Amino acid sequence: MSMDGPTDKAADSGQPLVSLDGVNKWFGDLHVLQDISLQIARGEVIVVIGPSGSGKSTLCRCINRLESVQEGEIRLDGVLLPEEGKALARLRSDVGMVFQSFNLFAHKTILQNVTLGPIKVRGKSKAEAEKRGRELLERVGISNQADKVPAQLSGGQQQRAAIARALAMDPKVMLFDEPTSALDPEMINEVLDVMVSLARDGMTMVVVTHEMGFARKAADRVVFMDHGKIVEEATPETFFTAPRSDRAKDFLSKILTH
Amino acid sequence: MQAVLDNFAALWSGFLTTLAMSVSAAVIATIVGTLLAAFRVSPIPPLRAFGALYVQLVRNTPLTAVFFLVIFGLPSVDLTFQSFFVAAVVALSVYTSAFVCEVVRSGVNSVSAGQAEAARAIGLTFGQSLREVVLPQAFRTVVPPLGNIWIALVKNTAIAGGGFAVADLAQLAPDLARDNPAQVLGIFAGIALAYMVITVPSGIAVGIIERRTAILR
Repeated sequence: MSMDGPTDKAADSGQPLVSLDGVNKWFGDLHVLQDISLQIARGEVIVVIGPSGSGKSTLCRCINRLESVQEGEIRLDGVLLPEEGKALARLRSDVGMVFQSFNLFAHKTILQNVTLGPIKVRGKSKAEAEKRGRELLERVGISNQADKVPAQLSGGQQQRAAIARALAMDPKVMLFDEPTSALDPEMINEVLDVMVSLARDGMTMVVVTHEMGFARKAADRVVFMDHGKIVEEATPETFFTAPRSDRAKDFLSKILTH
Repeated sequence: MQAVLDNFAALWSGFLTTLAMSVSAAVIATIVGTLLAAFRVSPIPPLRAFGALYVQLVRNTPLTAVFFLVIFGLPSVDLTFQSFFVAAVVALSVYTSAFVCEVVRSGVNSVSAGQAEAARAIGLTFGQSLREVVLPQAFRTVVPPLGNIWIALVKNTAIAGGGFAVADLAQLAPDLARDNPAQVLGIFAGIALAYMVITVPSGIAVGIIERRTAILR
């Protein structure tokens, strides 16, 4: 699952889809990302875990430059992230993002949320965008909610709508920043199911989460972060059964005991 | 009140002038004020500085002084207006836009940062995310204070007639009072009532707009 078919040129050349090289970021005196280097292949699913304050969300947000970095290079499909302006907007349109707090546009219906980007950024016609939008809502299982506004939906439904909104841009990679952390327990699975099916369909994904079940089921690689550094990278199986670092062992013992 | 009824034609004409000034300046000030607010929240420092300077200069100047500047000051730099009416609309728009700017800006600040982030994340430019996502929500939040500004503007138009040859309701009041000294109270009450014919329905309209556009959060 980690590679697309042989017709995919970039995959053939072995060029990573997302590449972070020597990335450093500070919030004031706090060194939140310390010399991060990470290559993500096309179709790969990466789960980033770590204690709170480890920099995992910041790492995720740097990939579409919602956060800027002071040092290092981040490339998407070989292209250095533009600093700002239209070029940056264009790049972001290729990177889907799902937030912890959903962030659906509160004044628009679910369908309008999903069609805004395709119409305004991709220049699609309203009819075309709505047809595709309804297909995506169907795919995430909320087609009957299309004409409601976000506040009328449950958290799980809102997050699935947010995933549909990101998918509507046909992104090259999807970033998930703690997508289930704000959800009631019974709604977590409906969101994870959508994410697992995305992963099975070959979407490149970077997922910041504490959902170990998702990591085991769908991740190709687990990246463990602590204090702004990548401490350990491994397959889920290796990471969960035989973590190398003491820090990871300690973290896992804390979250797996319950 | 007899003098008011006897001069109904003049009163009607003054009323229409006041209404025209109010509506023109309200439209222009709302547009200009919104642009200024966009400047003040933009990522470009010179635009932010311009917006802030404009607000500080205009908001802290008496409206009468703005009128003097537009009517008597600008001609000295060869900028004249075709009528006192147009000059009055310019002065009122310049003044009111500073207040609109600050109200709209507070509305923008009330929209959660996540909304703008989500807008940027799907590839909208700064301008698009303001237009499509942030401002529509910001406006809904600030309908009541915008209503206050519009109502204040209607009453501020009185400076045009009171001090500067615009034939509006405010100019009519002393004229009628001079001609009918026995009915001063009735005349001023009539004029005040004419203003309320504009301001009270405006307030009701603002309330309706507020309810119609409310966002479920």
